[in-house]
Amino acid sequence: MSRALELLKTAPASARIGMAVVAGYGVVAVLAPSLAPYGETQIVGLEFADWSAQHWLGTDDLGRDVLSRLLYGARNTIGIALLTTLIASALGGVTGLAAGTLRGWVDQVLGRVVDVLMAVPSLILTLLMLAIFGTSIFSMIAIIAVIESTRIFRLARSLALGIGMLDYVTTARLRGEGLTWIIFCEVLPNAAAPLIAEFGLRFCFVFLFIATLSFLGLGIQPPTADWGSMVRDNATLIAYGQMSPLIPAGAIALLTMAVNVIVDWLVHQSSGLKE
Amino acid sequence: MDGSLLSIRGLSIHAQAKTGVTEILRGIDLEVDRGTILGLVGESGSGKSTLGLASMGYTREGLQIASGKILFDGIDLIRLSEHQRRSMRGVRIAYVAQSAAASFNPARRLFDQSIEVPVGRARMARREAISRLIELYARLQLQGASTLGLRFPHHVSGGQLQRAMTAMAMVTGPDLIVFDEPTTALDVTTQIEVLSAIRDVVESSNTAAIYISHDLALVAQMADRIMVLRRGQVVEEAPTRQMLSAPREAYTRSIWAADGFRAEPKATLDREVSPLLRLTAVTAWYGRSRVLNDVALQVHAGRTVAVVGESGSGKSTLAKVIAGVLPPSGGTMQFAGGVLAAGYRRRSREQLCRIQLIAQSPDTALNPRRRVCDSVGRPLTFYHGLRGAARERRMRQLLAELDLDPDRYAGRFPGELSGGQKQRVCIARALAAEPSLVICDEVTSGLDQLVAQDTLKLLDRLQRERGLAYVFITHDLAIVRAIADDVVVMKGGSIVRSGPREEVLAPPYDPYTELLLSSIPEMDPDWLDRVLARRSGAPGLGGAH
Repeated sequence: MSRALELLKTAPASARIGMAVVAGYGVVAVLAPSLAPYGETQIVGLEFADWSAQHWLGTDDLGRDVLSRLLYGARNTIGIALLTTLIASALGGVTGLAAGTLRGWVDQVLGRVVDVLMAVPSLILTLLMLAIFGTSIFSMIAIIAVIESTRIFRLARSLALGIGMLDYVTTARLRGEGLTWIIFCEVLPNAAAPLIAEFGLRFCFVFLFIATLSFLGLGIQPPTADWGSMVRDNATLIAYGQMSPLIPAGAIALLTMAVNVIVDWLVHQSSGLKE
Repeated sequence: MDGSLLSIRGLSIHAQAKTGVTEILRGIDLEVDRGTILGLVGESGSGKSTLGLASMGYTREGLQIASGKILFDGIDLIRLSEHQRRSMRGVRIAYVAQSAAASFNPARRLFDQSIEVPVGRARMARREAISRLIELYARLQLQGASTLGLRFPHHVSGGQLQRAMTAMAMVTGPDLIVFDEPTTALDVTTQIEVLSAIRDVVESSNTAAIYISHDLALVAQMADRIMVLRRGQVVEEAPTRQMLSAPREAYTRSIWAADGFRAEPKATLDREVSPLLRLTAVTAWYGRSRVLNDVALQVHAGRTVAVVGESGSGKSTLAKVIAGVLPPSGGTMQFAGGVLAAGYRRRSREQLCRIQLIAQSPDTALNPRRRVCDSVGRPLTFYHGLRGAARERRMRQLLAELDLDPDRYAGRFPGELSGGQKQRVCIARALAAEPSLVICDEVTSGLDQLVAQDTLKLLDRLQRERGLAYVFITHDLAIVRAIADDVVVMKGGSIVRSGPREEVLAPPYDPYTELLLSSIPEMDPDWLDRVLARRSGAPGLGGAH
């Protein structure tokens, strides 16, 4: 813990700004109900009302308050993306480390399954699966988590292969340690830095991916507030010179950049590269 | 101008860290004349590599030249711009790194990367650079000089690479070459060829050189003058012969004496006692190549068997086979009266516990994310079920036995330890299992002379106290002389000679043992000349390198 704090002190300005932005998003997501002036799905006025004192960012196509939906959207979009990324990392991380540590047929079987999943473009695969299993939040999380876990599998496996060759892992094997010990006590701590960096990067992709699906109407379903679908629902306003649809898009872009800046710094740290 | 090529005056180099400023070098004065070789000797951390790099006007990341002058041919390197300094490096001052294997780009052919600097910076024509390179290869006694450079770095041996790197440094005809431990990664038989090649080329081209090594016997062969460094300061400096015969300082004398450890001879072995470990007709393969051929070995409790041979002789493979990392394809292994299964997965926990392996490189043998107390404590819990205070007590006891103060070191990560300390933690971890057989794979080869001697003494003491049996894998016959009871000489995966130390290391020798024995550097400036003179009379012993 003290090492983590030590590390934070060495963060450059860009990473600090990134962390501040991410923290800001986190606060908004958690406090959305108390920050939002209106309810998430509450119809409070006319459709497409202009920016005003009552509705700072106007209203949307159904007359709901855009600012309130933006704040609730943070909660839904980020929460779901975070959950999906966590599942994907756990799944891909554990299977990848196991494949790289065990090698042999386990590695071959898992590797080929991953190859098959990676061979199909992920958007098309997702659309196909959503068509089969139906568009619910649960199936979306499961499908995206499995698809994204293949990327994490690849990284975790190659890390485990490299670390598994080192003498301290051999020593643990020769001691008679079980697979769980070797993976979680010998390999994982030494693979943690790149895996954490990958987690951040994956989060960005998952986040954008969910926004994409929502924009297509296949992601988070109405009336739940979500940035991707907010862009789509209010897209017509752009033709009238209105800023509103760009704000959720901007929120997506800002968070992605902030996470990327942090990840960049973490990758830099873990690779030991200097300027 | 005072005639010397390189002249360093009052050089101090500081390391800037969060915790403050550390002095790496303090007030160094140094002179190197044209056509002479200066040897820099010191233990690790003495600042010898930093000084070597500083003589090119270069400092590693995080280091700063605090004061002093570095005059190269009358030019103060510190005052030059980085661009001007770079244009001198590789052209007028060249550097040969410790590990050529790690320094070459594996994706490019030797010719292509060797002529990069001469063509790019010294404006030499490509064809001219290549022909000079071939000429240098020939002078460095590299076989197939004209085509060697067409190969990739992994296609040639370590000894060849080290010479190729020397050739690369010399293409531009530099005035000064800095050699940083150029033969440390090589085994003794190869080392001799590289040494003599380097010396001949440097002498014949009237180049000045700085030769950095922790091995005094080597420096004595190469250098005209020797400078001893310790903790960033010059201990003493003198012409080689004077330095060897009459060192002034106590520290210098202690390095000289470091070579002298000899374990006390043990009682002669009762041949009736059944051995702890017995290998019969063991054969092992790596894929389709046979790496061990009909090997028989016996190890008795409380005794040390040293396995010697050059690299590629199969001695490390033998360690892997005994440890169970590489299952042999034929032969039988018996341990403490029972059958020892081929692979470690099929061995009983008791067998795994009683056979411990100490790996060559302490840097990779300890998990960098685990504290010393956890690394040493784990076998205590795993094998002996010790937990909590009992485990803590035993762990501290083990560290104390290995001269590591538990209060200071138990909580540290491996990155916060020196090489010798790491190796002692590895030994502590192996001892925590309470083994009866310890396989030591080149345990001292990565350590400084003084530290290596201490480690050997420690191992010897532990053997006497605990009745341990050692299988000691080494390429260093000085170590064999120091601690072995029985010696096994390996070549090409087979045992060529074995028996008690006094028999194996006494004439008449077979040619291979003779070659190995005569390749150990001796603390005598004439040793290399003598060996080369003797070998030139008997061609063909040089081997395949």
